[in-house]
Amino acid sequence: MSPASADTPRLDFAGSPVNQSLSADDKIELYRKMVRIRRFEQASLKYYNAGKMGGFLHLYIGQESVAVGTLSLCGPNDHNITAYRCHAHALAVGMSMNECMAELFGKATGCSKGKGGSMHFFAPDKNYWGGHGIVAGQTPLGLGLGYGLKYKGLEGCALCYMGDGAVNQGAFHESLNIAALFEVPVVYIIENNGYSMGTSQKRSSAFRGCLAQRAEAYDMDWDLVDGSDLYQVRAKANIAMERARKQHKPTVLEITTYRYYGHSVADANAKKYRTPEEIENYKKNHDPISLWQRRLIEEGVLTEESAKEIDTAAKEEAAASVQFAEESPAPEVSEIMDDVYWETDNDTEASKIGRHFFND
Amino acid sequence: MSRTMLYRHAIREALDEELTRDENVVIMGEEVAQYNGAYKVTEGLWDKWGDKRIVDTPISEAGFIGMGIGASMLGVRPVMELMFWSFHSVAFDQLVNNAACVRYMSGGLINVPIVMRGPANGGTNVGATHSHIPEGLFAAFPGLKVCAPATPADAKGLMKAAIRDNDPVYVMENTLLYGTEGEVPDPADGDHVVPLGKADLKREGSDISLIAHGRSVLHALEAAETLKNDHNISAEVLDLRSIRPLDVEAILATVRKTNRVVLVDESKGFGGVSAMVSHIIQEEAFDHLDAPIRRVTSVDAPAFYSKHVENEQLPNPKRIVDKVLTIA
Repeated sequence: MSPASADTPRLDFAGSPVNQSLSADDKIELYRKMVRIRRFEQASLKYYNAGKMGGFLHLYIGQESVAVGTLSLCGPNDHNITAYRCHAHALAVGMSMNECMAELFGKATGCSKGKGGSMHFFAPDKNYWGGHGIVAGQTPLGLGLGYGLKYKGLEGCALCYMGDGAVNQGAFHESLNIAALFEVPVVYIIENNGYSMGTSQKRSSAFRGCLAQRAEAYDMDWDLVDGSDLYQVRAKANIAMERARKQHKPTVLEITTYRYYGHSVADANAKKYRTPEEIENYKKNHDPISLWQRRLIEEGVLTEESAKEIDTAAKEEAAASVQFAEESPAPEVSEIMDDVYWETDNDTEASKIGRHFFND
Repeated sequence: MSRTMLYRHAIREALDEELTRDENVVIMGEEVAQYNGAYKVTEGLWDKWGDKRIVDTPISEAGFIGMGIGASMLGVRPVMELMFWSFHSVAFDQLVNNAACVRYMSGGLINVPIVMRGPANGGTNVGATHSHIPEGLFAAFPGLKVCAPATPADAKGLMKAAIRDNDPVYVMENTLLYGTEGEVPDPADGDHVVPLGKADLKREGSDISLIAHGRSVLHALEAAETLKNDHNISAEVLDLRSIRPLDVEAILATVRKTNRVVLVDESKGFGGVSAMVSHIIQEEAFDHLDAPIRRVTSVDAPAFYSKHVENEQLPNPKRIVDKVLTIA
């Protein structure tokens, strides 16, 4: 699979107002964020393979421009939520590598105190409502975030991320219908990496050409975005977010991208359903970090040397987060019943009534 | 002072009072607004509160229940009507993965203060798909709270407690109770809130304990009257009211007092609330039992359409009396 827009004439979105407003430092910061995500995930893969973490590990490598580009547009009233491939969004909203890596290691210092793991990072203080484990299960929640903003009279929008597999779930379609019907300020972002786990878009979606176009059935705006072009991601997402904030109109954005690794580390090679040539082609010609680096060097914003420094710093930060995670304490078994009910965690009259737990 | 009112009106009064008390409370569901509610529980609320607070949704349970959960994370306090709790299956992912698990998975960072309410019962001759009784099912998911009020006063008081609760609370009402009458305290005498997790001794007795919840409480009370009149057996009736949290102390107290127990539960025989209560009793009050614990549940078959048979599937006073006589 190649990005759908590869065959179409390339437009330059650098001149769009939302990109013109970027300072040189802003552009470098976008680069830094993408590099940090990649280095964090490479470190997590290394230590996953070393047996340091449990469960699944869904890597985002190759898709960095999607989370970084869209989340760079968020203001204080904008909220976001995603599925199980959630590390990038976490780092992009400002969560620390330490709390994220510690969560992967199942440590008490993790963002979810070791109760969530790779698929369940959360930072509500940063308007990040988390990674969720069930395909498309988060799409009604994203709708609810937008609904909550509108109910409270706040000018903001909700970004709800999903993979291309989610578009075939009923929850997605129900969400779109209600979003359009109720005029909810939500932007649905399909991160289309071409594969629903190991099943290609061709084999999983009856309407193969464009997934976002399904929005037309719900009288909703949609757009197709080339995810390897950070300027384009920002320019098109900004239009959708402004539409949500100012008109309370939802949008579906399909951002074409690619993941270098498998759906999860469980299919590490991902060779059963795609060719090595396909993966190499993306890495060589469409890698969002390489392309952004080249662009910034062309613009005179970044030098090879400073790019290398950013990369080295990200590697060091990731290594330090591994050390932090290694040295962090494991959660106490005594915390096993904490965080089930608000009530039992708080010393209230109600918490003393009845029995909430039923273990021997 | 108290007034006599219908179960459905007691719930409506609770909703209306909570809409007044907290501007974050919003009522949502299929036909709750312009249609005035499929069971007229929300009748008149849309006229009074308008489109913002009383929201008709499409027939789209996964979508609108998930939307309510998402909104609750931002501090809205949605009260979602399921026209039938039997429709839980359409939204099961949202009900058990998102509402129940988000607080735990986030290490306590996120609360989900949402209420799901609607009728869960058999006995209305509507066939198997519309007759599920899932309170035991949902009580089996940690993170959820479940209650099943039997009387108008409890329906009002539990509903108010549920709306103020910071956890997801599933209120299992009953179609056949909506038209029943009972005394409900007057709002002028103070806020009538029935805390979750507190059972209620609906009738005192000395020979046997009948432990029930929801509509089964009414059957148990009727059976107790028959047992007294026809068999000179003094039956105590404990109404659980709340399934999770569960008032274990009240259960053990009545068993220790009467030493015999029949559990009455509209759930099916396999699993269900009474299976759990039975387990607790045998484990924590075994020495106080003078006879085996018996249960009267719905029979282990999908609901029969024909009322002649469905009525025999469900607990009823005669079945309770017969069961009591096996151990009395």
